[in-house]
Formats: sequence, structure tokens, C-alpha cells
Amino acid sequence: MPRSVGRSVRRKDGDDKVTGRALYIDDLTFPGMLHGMTVRATIPCGRIDRVRPAFDTTGFVLVDRHDIPGRNVVAGIMDDQPCLAVHEVRHAAEPIMLVAHEERDALARVHVDIDYTPATPVFEPRWSSECFKSLVIEKGRLDAGFAEAYTVVEGEYRTGHQEQLYLETNGVIAVPEGGGMTVYGSLQCPHYVHRALVMALGLQAGQVRVVQAETGGGFGGKEEYPSILACHAALLARKAGRPVKMIYDRAEDMWATTKRHPSIVRHRTGVTREGRITAMDIDLVLDGGAYCTLSPVVLSRASIHASGPYRCDHIRIRGRAMMTNTPPNGAFRGFGAPQSQFATEVHMDRIAETLGIDPVAVREQNALRPGDTTATGQVLGEDASAVEVLQAAVRKSKYHEKRARWRGTGKGIGLSLFFHGSGFTGSGEVTLASKASVELTAGGVRVLVSSTEIGQGTRTMHAQIVADALGIPYEVVETAAVDTAVVPDSGPTVASRTCMVVGRLLQRAAGDLKARLGRLSPAAYFAAHGPLVVTAEYEPPPGAAWDEQAYRGDAYGSYGWGCHVAEIDVRPDTWAVQPVRMTAVAEIGRAIHPMMATGQIEGGTAQGVAWALLEEVVMRDGAMANHTLTNYLIPTAADTPRIDTVILERPYAHGPFGAKGVGEMPIDGPAPAIVNALRHAGYDVRAIPATPERVMKAGRL
Amino acid sequence: MAYTLTVNGRTTTVEVPADMPLLWVLRDVLELRGTKYGCGISACGACTVHLNGRAVRACQTKVSAADGASIMTIEGLSPDGTHPLQQAWQDVDVPQCGYCQAGQIMSAAALLAQTPKPTDEDIDRAMNGNLCRCATYLRIRQAIHKAAAMTATTTVQQAAANRPGQDQE
Repeated sequence: MPRSVGRSVRRKDGDDKVTGRALYIDDLTFPGMLHGMTVRATIPCGRIDRVRPAFDTTGFVLVDRHDIPGRNVVAGIMDDQPCLAVHEVRHAAEPIMLVAHEERDALARVHVDIDYTPATPVFEPRWSSECFKSLVIEKGRLDAGFAEAYTVVEGEYRTGHQEQLYLETNGVIAVPEGGGMTVYGSLQCPHYVHRALVMALGLQAGQVRVVQAETGGGFGGKEEYPSILACHAALLARKAGRPVKMIYDRAEDMWATTKRHPSIVRHRTGVTREGRITAMDIDLVLDGGAYCTLSPVVLSRASIHASGPYRCDHIRIRGRAMMTNTPPNGAFRGFGAPQSQFATEVHMDRIAETLGIDPVAVREQNALRPGDTTATGQVLGEDASAVEVLQAAVRKSKYHEKRARWRGTGKGIGLSLFFHGSGFTGSGEVTLASKASVELTAGGVRVLVSSTEIGQGTRTMHAQIVADALGIPYEVVETAAVDTAVVPDSGPTVASRTCMVVGRLLQRAAGDLKARLGRLSPAAYFAAHGPLVVTAEYEPPPGAAWDEQAYRGDAYGSYGWGCHVAEIDVRPDTWAVQPVRMTAVAEIGRAIHPMMATGQIEGGTAQGVAWALLEEVVMRDGAMANHTLTNYLIPTAADTPRIDTVILERPYAHGPFGAKGVGEMPIDGPAPAIVNALRHAGYDVRAIPATPERVMKAGRL
Repeated sequence: MAYTLTVNGRTTTVEVPADMPLLWVLRDVLELRGTKYGCGISACGACTVHLNGRAVRACQTKVSAADGASIMTIEGLSPDGTHPLQQAWQDVDVPQCGYCQAGQIMSAAALLAQTPKPTDEDIDRAMNGNLCRCATYLRIRQAIHKAAAMTATTTVQQAAANRPGQDQE
């Protein structure tokens, strides 16, 4: 039996996606279906005095906050966000009313007058009086570390919003069924939506069903956001007694939905004359927007990654996620780690420059190695690969040769070294207690998980793992549609956990199933004994411990390690920066499907390059002013440089066939590598996006 | 108003307003849902179809401008998903989320019809209006070259088959 792990087998969803047969949410219709829309606030902050529909409401279904049968809350970490505003407006896209009609075009007639008493908004996170979460990570004694230092290097670094811009906008269909509610949608996390519906509709868990349609990209943007949209559609559907479809158009999706948290990070670093880091004092502020959403956990991941892949005995990291009167920010690929490691990696090149040392040498000297401890005190295993990825990237890109040759030419080359924890932070996986099942079918087995296929290859990769664990062909392993009434809760499809954590559960379940089958093939067992389902539940790696209060212990099961090298051209006349080539080295334990893993690295790298150079969310009066594709630019083919990917494999003992996470890490590296290339080309840039205007105004080195 | 369209080889008449975008005629009236909405302003290319063999954005093409025209959508590219582009797309693992891919493939098909052996520059020029947030661009380029090579091979084989006597040597 040829093994399928490590081979680039055909994607399970490939056929449907090249023929137009894949059914995304807007491709589905139901009899009697209405089209819904959201009436939103128009000011960023204030009190609602009166709401009056100012259109002929005949034929329309209207829902306001009085129509909410359960709690008027979008279930989340703090339960602070209402489904529909009560009296207070906290951001300009705040939902106030819902409207539905049989004809989609009729929604253009909707006009609602809203009287407000405006209040003074806060847009600067450091001046906000409301903090969603603050934390401190401490290791050693900062004063002792600074006492050892030859000099102290300081700096402040900023990153802006970024819109996920999945090509398929957010959308759901709510269908009232037998006193309960079924919601179909473009989703990453069906069980989050399920929980939100139960709370807002006041239903029992068994009365709510959530089904994922084919999903046209998420990148975090369909992690928590669909919960509020699903509640809206369900409230309309409940009142109408008919199915209601809500699909955002592009402008609404860009204007109203979550974005990457902007960050302000300050570093104070003690270093010896030779470049050894003796102390790291890091202060990190994230702009959370108007409601908490996932900000506390984004802050956790940002903070834990803030000291980068470096060993240092004396570290203090202080993090805060603050409220501002802008639409709530949320999950975006990388989840805080790209922001904090942007600062660390630009700062590392400034340390090298201050000391007159090669940027590679500074990193190599301080890089975390097996047996070293991270900022939270986690002892790293044998798969800690910072030095290996650094050396491989430097070699592959001919970094030193180009660094010397290009000085003063307008070209630049820069690198970044980074790591990324796979799975939920701290004790998150224990709390989730995920389950995954495999089920015999007449011809093979079926995978039952709530992990969604959103383009990253879930179905294919899970089938490969199960096939090899059972010793059966990949082709006879199928994956069940993600339907909360059918599949167990394998946790959300986030945090680079779908392969490492859920894949491991499936490997274990398949191993148990194999033991049950004895000498029979799955088909023979099924024919003789009928259906059989085997489920595995999460077990933490032995010895893993985490203290949530002190932020001490094993923050992640394992880490991937990456090094990016960026090569750029700066136009002397326009200050436009053209990315020419990226070298992306990633150590991911084991590539279950090398072509898909490479695709994830290419995609994350391109998004990171664009975050560094192109993607600028312009906020005006608390809302995105450039909420169209003509003035918020995402990369085209011409903006995407050549990407040379190298995958290194140092197996993780508790991942399936050694695999760790891969999806998010590639977006940690491009932005600092590009800004370091700009530094090499002579521009002192400390904030992104490095638009031509910013490069023009940057200090010259 | 009534408009006559030949879509994927079938001639049909639709009763819709003159300014209705072809995208919604295809999706909502003719129920051909492989063509996608991405932005509605011709900026992303997800809705690309062929109008008389030329790649156009269906979201910004009024049905009145398509009256009497021959239209091809992803559903009409091949009966069974075996167009060289569709095969090449799978061979090099292009699609990730897949949402933009119908538009990408239709743009690529229009390119190959005009330019059977495109250079990288030809490809970049033809494909630059099609956005892919998964950033599958490098693979799209690779797949178009591969499809072009497959098409050329097929053509040579057909030409050989059409010349009896040649293969006796």
C-alpha cells in the first residue's frame, strides 16, 4: 500500500472547484426565501434617541431589539456585543435594525431615520479608558539584565489594520425548522455560530443546527464574525417564518466586519558589545475596536511571541488590548503574532546596526535552541529549529553576497526570523476538549470533524492521515459535510491546529479503529458487522502545564520556525517599493501534503508582503473610508514576487506523523523582512504599510 | 424586456430589465451559479465569462449589451471538467478556497484561445485583473503554461492522425 502522507495527492475538493460545481452560500436557495439586510449606525459613538423607518414597509419584515427572544448578546469571550444596539452606539457600523424582503432589489428602498445624541469617540488606543485585557509576562529580573548590557537599543514600531478580503463575502441562510433554526453559511467555526444562536434565540442546543457551505476563504475573517450575521438572519427568519438569506456586498463586508488589530509596540533591549541580548522590555498595545471579540486571545498570542525566537534570561512583556470607537477588530491569520514579531524583527536589525554586527550573526547568536526556555519558561524540544531555518534561508537567498553587492544601488535585501505556536494558547486545548471520529462506510471510512475546509486543504490532509493510520488507500477515505447535527466538535478551524491537533485526534481514532477491525478490511468489517464509529478526545502531551494567571509554562504544544528573506527594488522617483523575490524557509514538523503546504506558505507570504507595502485601511470618523477594491489594494499577480519555498521537517512527537501547524506562520515574516530590506536600501521605516508616501518621508540612513 | 442569449451553446430568451448585469441573469435567472460575485465593480474578476469569445466581467456587463451574443461560462468550458486548463489546474494544485477560480480559468481560456503559447508577460497581462486572496498566482501561471503545452501536444497528435500514411514509417 503506497502511503499518502508526504505525497501530493489530488485534493478532495479540486474537481468541484475547477468546474464551478462547488456550492458556496450564495449558490443555495430555499423555497420562500427572503433577502435580509442590516440597518447600521452612521456615527461612531453616541446615544440612540429614536429610530423611525422612513419608507413604505409593506411587504418587508422588520426586526429590532425587541424581537430578540434570548439574550441580546453575540456569544463571545466577554458577551459585551449586542446583536442589535440597545441605546448606545459604539462604532459606525453598529447594527440597529434588520429588514428582509422577497426581492433583493427592494432592499435598496430601505431608509431609516435615526436620531442620536453624539458623544466624543476615542480612536487612539493608548488614550482609551477601557481595556479589554492586560497582561504581563515576566522572566528573570529586568534590572539585572540591563545591568549586564553594554548598551540599550530602543524603538517604537507600528502596524495598521488589514482587511481579510476573502474573495467570497460573509453570508448565511437561516431556515426555521420545526421550532428550531438551521443556519447554512460561509464559516470557519460552526460551533461558535451554534453557541451564538442558542444564546440569542433562547433555544436548546438540540434545536439549533449549523451547516458549513463551501467557503470562499476566511483567513480569520470568518472565525467570530459569522456569529453576529447568523443571529441577524435567524432573527429575521424567526419573525418571517421563512428562510432568510443575508449576503454582504463587498462594500458592507469591508466597512462592517473585523480586521487585523493595529499595533504599537515599544522595545527596550539590553545587549552586550558582541550582540548577546541581556534584557528585553516590551510594551505592546493592540487596538481592539468597539467590542471585545477575540482581543484577549489575540493579545495573548501577540505577547507570547513578542520576544521572538530568541533566548534571553530577563524579559518583561506588557500587553494591553484597548477599546476604540471603530468596528471591532478580530482574527486574521497569525492572530497577533505578525504584529509583535514585526516589531521584534525590525528592532533586531536596528540592534545589529547599532553594534555594527551582521544581522544574521546577531540572530544566530541569540536564536532559541533545543533545551532553551521561552519568555513563558517553556523548555523547547528537539524540534526547535531557529538556527536551521536561518542558515537555510541565508544560503538559499545568497543573502550576504547580495547585501554587500547591492549597497547604494536602490535595491535592498532583508531578513526576518520568527516562530509560531501551533494550537490554542496555554490550556486552551484542554478546555476545548476536542473530539474527532472516523466511521466505517461500505467502501472505506468517513472522517467526522467540525474542522472546516476553507481552502487550506482540511479534507485532503485529514483523509491522508486517516488513510495511512489505517493502511488503506486515500481514495476510499471521505469527509463528512460539516453539520453540527452530525459531526463532533473538533474545535474551531483556527490557530494552525487543524493538522497538528485535530489531525492527531484522527490518527488516534483511526489507530483505535484499526485495532477494532483486527484482520478485516474496513469494507469486510462493515459487511459483517455493520456501522462502527470510533472517537478520540484530546489529551495534552504528557507533562504539559500552563498557569493562566502568571502566564508561565507551556504556551503551545509546539512551534513552527521560519525565516524569510525579502529582495526589493525602490524606485528613486516614486518611492514605490517593488518586491522582487521572497525566500521562505519553514520548519513544520512534517509536510502531510507538500504541495498544499507550499501553497499555504506562498499564500501567507503574499498576504504578508501586501500587509507590508500595499494594504492601507484609511479610517475616517471611525470607519473604513476606502472600503472598495479600487482604493484598498490587495496583491495581483504583478504585485506578487517570485517566492522560493523551502520546507524543513523536524518531527514533533505529538503531531500526526510529526506534523506541526503551517497555515499562519508564513504571514509572520514578510513584513519585517521587507522593512529590513528598506533599511538596507537606506530608508528608516518603522511603520507599515510602507506606502510610497511613508518611504518618501522616512529618515535616510 | 426580452433578450436572446446563447449560453454555453443553448439559445434562450430572458425577460429582465435592460440594466440588469449579466452576472445576475446567469446566476439568478438561468441558475448557472459557477460564475461568482466578488465586488460588483469589475475590480476582482471573479465573474469573468466569455462574451463572443472575449473575457468580460459579468457584473459590469448589462444584459442589453449581451443581446444576441454567445456567452460561455465555466459550466460550458467542458462537459466533464477535462478542459486542459481544468486538468492543469488540478495537476499543479491551484485551487485553495476556489471562489475566484471560475473567473481565473475563464480568463485563462480566453488568453489561450488568442495566444496558444503565452509568455509569462502575456499571462501576467491577461490575468492581472483576476484577484486571488489565497495568492495562487504563481501556480496559475504554471498551470497556464502546462495547459498550453497539453493543448499543443493534442494538436500535434490530431494533426498526425489527420495525415494517413505518415505514421506507417
